[in-house]
Amino acid sequence: MMMTRLVSRSWLTAGFVFLYLPIVALVLYSFNDSPIPNVWRSVTFNWYVRLASDDDLLGALRLSLKIAFFSATAAVLLGTMAAFSLVKYKRFFGRTMFSGMVNAPLVMPDVIVGISLLLMLVAVERALGFPDRGAFTIWLAHALAGMAYATVVIQSRLLDLNPQLEEAAMDLGARPWEVFYLVTLPMISQSLLSAWLLTFTISLDDVVLSSFLNAPGSTTMPVVIFSRARLGLNPSVNAVATIIVLVVSIGVILASLMIVRNERKRARDMAEAARN
Amino acid sequence: MGASSFLQIQNVVKDFDGYKAVNNVSIDIEKGEIFALLGPSGCGKSTLLRMLGGFETLTSGRILLNGKDMADMPPYDCPINMMFQSYALFPHLTVWDNIAFGLRREKMPKDKIAEQVEAMLKLTQLGKFAKRKPHQLSGGQQQRVALARSLAKKPQLLLLDEPLGALDKKLREETQIELVNIIENVGVTCVMVTHDQEEAMTMSTRIGVMNAGQILQIGTPSEMYETPANRFVAGFVGNVNLMDGVLSHDAPDHVIIDCADCKHYVGHGITGTEGMNVTVALRPEKIRISATKPEGEHNMASGKVKEKAYFGAWTVYRIELPSGMILKVNESNTERHAEDALTWGDTAWASWSPSAQVVLTS
Amino acid sequence: MIRGKSSRVGRFAVIGVPYLWLIVFFLLPFLVILKISLSEMEGVAFGNLLTWKEGVMQLTLKFSNYLYIVQDDLYFKTYLSSLRYAAVTTVICLAIGYPFAYFMARAEKRFQPVLLMLVMLPFWTSFLLRVYAWKGLLSEHGWVYEIIVFLRLDHVLAAGGLIAAPGQLMNTSFSLSVGMVYTYLPFMILPLYANLSKMDLRLLEAAADLGANPWVAFWTVTVPLSKAGIIAGSMLVFIPCIGEYVIPELLGGPETLMIGRVMWDEFFSNNDWPVASTVAVVMVLLIIVPIAIFNKYEAEAQEGSR
Repeated sequence: MMMTRLVSRSWLTAGFVFLYLPIVALVLYSFNDSPIPNVWRSVTFNWYVRLASDDDLLGALRLSLKIAFFSATAAVLLGTMAAFSLVKYKRFFGRTMFSGMVNAPLVMPDVIVGISLLLMLVAVERALGFPDRGAFTIWLAHALAGMAYATVVIQSRLLDLNPQLEEAAMDLGARPWEVFYLVTLPMISQSLLSAWLLTFTISLDDVVLSSFLNAPGSTTMPVVIFSRARLGLNPSVNAVATIIVLVVSIGVILASLMIVRNERKRARDMAEAARN
Repeated sequence: MGASSFLQIQNVVKDFDGYKAVNNVSIDIEKGEIFALLGPSGCGKSTLLRMLGGFETLTSGRILLNGKDMADMPPYDCPINMMFQSYALFPHLTVWDNIAFGLRREKMPKDKIAEQVEAMLKLTQLGKFAKRKPHQLSGGQQQRVALARSLAKKPQLLLLDEPLGALDKKLREETQIELVNIIENVGVTCVMVTHDQEEAMTMSTRIGVMNAGQILQIGTPSEMYETPANRFVAGFVGNVNLMDGVLSHDAPDHVIIDCADCKHYVGHGITGTEGMNVTVALRPEKIRISATKPEGEHNMASGKVKEKAYFGAWTVYRIELPSGMILKVNESNTERHAEDALTWGDTAWASWSPSAQVVLTS
Repeated sequence: MIRGKSSRVGRFAVIGVPYLWLIVFFLLPFLVILKISLSEMEGVAFGNLLTWKEGVMQLTLKFSNYLYIVQDDLYFKTYLSSLRYAAVTTVICLAIGYPFAYFMARAEKRFQPVLLMLVMLPFWTSFLLRVYAWKGLLSEHGWVYEIIVFLRLDHVLAAGGLIAAPGQLMNTSFSLSVGMVYTYLPFMILPLYANLSKMDLRLLEAAADLGANPWVAFWTVTVPLSKAGIIAGSMLVFIPCIGEYVIPELLGGPETLMIGRVMWDEFFSNNDWPVASTVAVVMVLLIIVPIAIFNKYEAEAQEGSR
């Protein structure tokens, strides 16, 4: 037993060190004042200051945030409908194919999705004159990829729901549409939010799809970072990274605290009710 | 009974891809009755209930409520409300909002809704829990909310799906009585589904026993218990001893049936012919047990006491008869520490009166 | 089926909209690249498969692209190499991730949400930046570089063929593998944890009661029950790894052949769209079988949980 405890603790610790090592390195070296990025010399905030006037990066960031917002929203909308279809309707024409297409982007390599979507859009552009490649086409690709993730999250929540709840609502006079927004929607709202955040992050992080589907003037932030990273070590990248890490960490920690607090309160309420 | 019944279920069939879950069921239920559908799991009672509630389509047959055909009506249009087995309380709404839910769908004016919700809260004694959410309530309290919610719209028919299934034994006894009181108070016609025959017998005015999609017998609790129509009903409702035999003497006022271990003298006539195979059903509490042989040659049997179980208020004996059949006998412990009480291995005589048996032909 | 007619229209819309979206933006593009892979490249446009000449309809399928790919050693080697890297990554992720997920699931209940959050946090942080960080860690003067050289492990790696020569850790098989394992580890841990944490521990108690020691119980009870998690995790790692582009580009080198990179180069550097399409089609054919397996398990998992 003691042996297992020791192995358990060491393995977990080693794993977490492995997971967080790069993040720590990124953050530390963003404060490094040295001609060779890898060699520590002294502390500086220079890289952050330079960020403020890094128009390329800032412009790309703005574009990325915009695209991420809209593609996350589209992904959640489509994903809710897809999840609903798969959970509620047991039999419809081409259900297996539908299910396959919904799940495929989860595992399909980005390059395939990127090249195929691009070539199709080029053909459409030739035939119809639009759409031009740019923010819109990137949004399309991200919504497509995001939809797969959103569907998985929402689907698993829908499966957990007690089907008698929706029947009870109908029994009490609610029409199917009313059942959805009075009962189902409030109950899946938390998973809708997490699906949105997930797809937002995925969009913000995407390099491949954005590269295939972009055009001059619509370069996203990851693409900018990627091209700089390809050329070698670049502390401006470290600075951006640190800011992102900070924002994400605060967000994740806050969210976790809220979830844990809500669950504790719930457990307390239920225990109290049982005692009465 | 008949064409003027409040709820008429006529030749209803539900076919799931060749499997008949409900096979030609017809029941007439009067206004104000509490009717129990009793049967083992998978007998089709829940499917029938769901059809009444609008949750399943009918393969064929009609359901008429107050003369109106319900077969095509979706659940949100039926003047029928159901109390679900899992209560299905909306977790994101308070008790007050749960009860008001159905009333709001009807677009009632706000003050009327408040009036009715308050009335329901009073009826189920949930007044001080009005602002709580379901997870802050105990199982019994949740059940009362479910009941209040299903009565709020003053439905013409109330459906109960295993109403006491989720409660533990002690709570069940108290709740049974409370539930019946509330339903009778409101005066609503009620159909309930259960697999627990005690529940059916204590709560309902009439019972319908179902098995394999068909109704086997409909009657009042005492009719079901004392005059079961066939072997299944006799065995399902309460405990029973079933003895196969041959009708050896048929007279207008009595019959004699020869069984392997005894001769039955039944004090009334039955429709049948001599030489026919019948089964005699005998309830354990109607048998007397003693160490000495009683007078006469009919309505008695002897064997060894194989088992004895002491339940405090009564004792259950299992007597092994010569043919190998085990006879169950329920004896009330009317005396404290009776001295000549029988014990394992003793030879015992079981006897009963000529009016104790029920003769079954199916 | 619940009674009522009004649900018909709603049902059609709810299924129809995502279905249409997927057909247009997912299925159709595949058909397009299939078509392009079978056609000529004439300047900037690609030739049509179906031509109409003097009342005769001609279907021209140019298979030369496929022949080119199959015959050219480079493509064949690259496909194989991609499969190999993906397989190795999956195995290592499983070896590291399974015990990790297991220990997480068996930790004290009150620590588990924290542990889960700690695993999720890197997942939410940009993966591009974290891969870039490894560039720094494995370059000269990088922390990991220093440790490895100090322990003379680089000689071991060189002997094993994972790096070209001692002292050069970047742009090698080794650096690529490290990057892949690092990136995909959470994808292995999370499904495994989800599966293992839901396991009924009383089953292990029953096994012990029947005479199994913990080691035996692990292999005969825990592992078979976590099969769904193992498969889900493996698929989530293996399939995307095959077509990875960013990690090989940042951490790999000229020696590390990955098909994602090859396709990218064909497309962006050579501008040879038909060949790039052909490479893509073959890649899809390669991963169709694992995807089908993945899909089947997903569907079964959902049926099981109902």
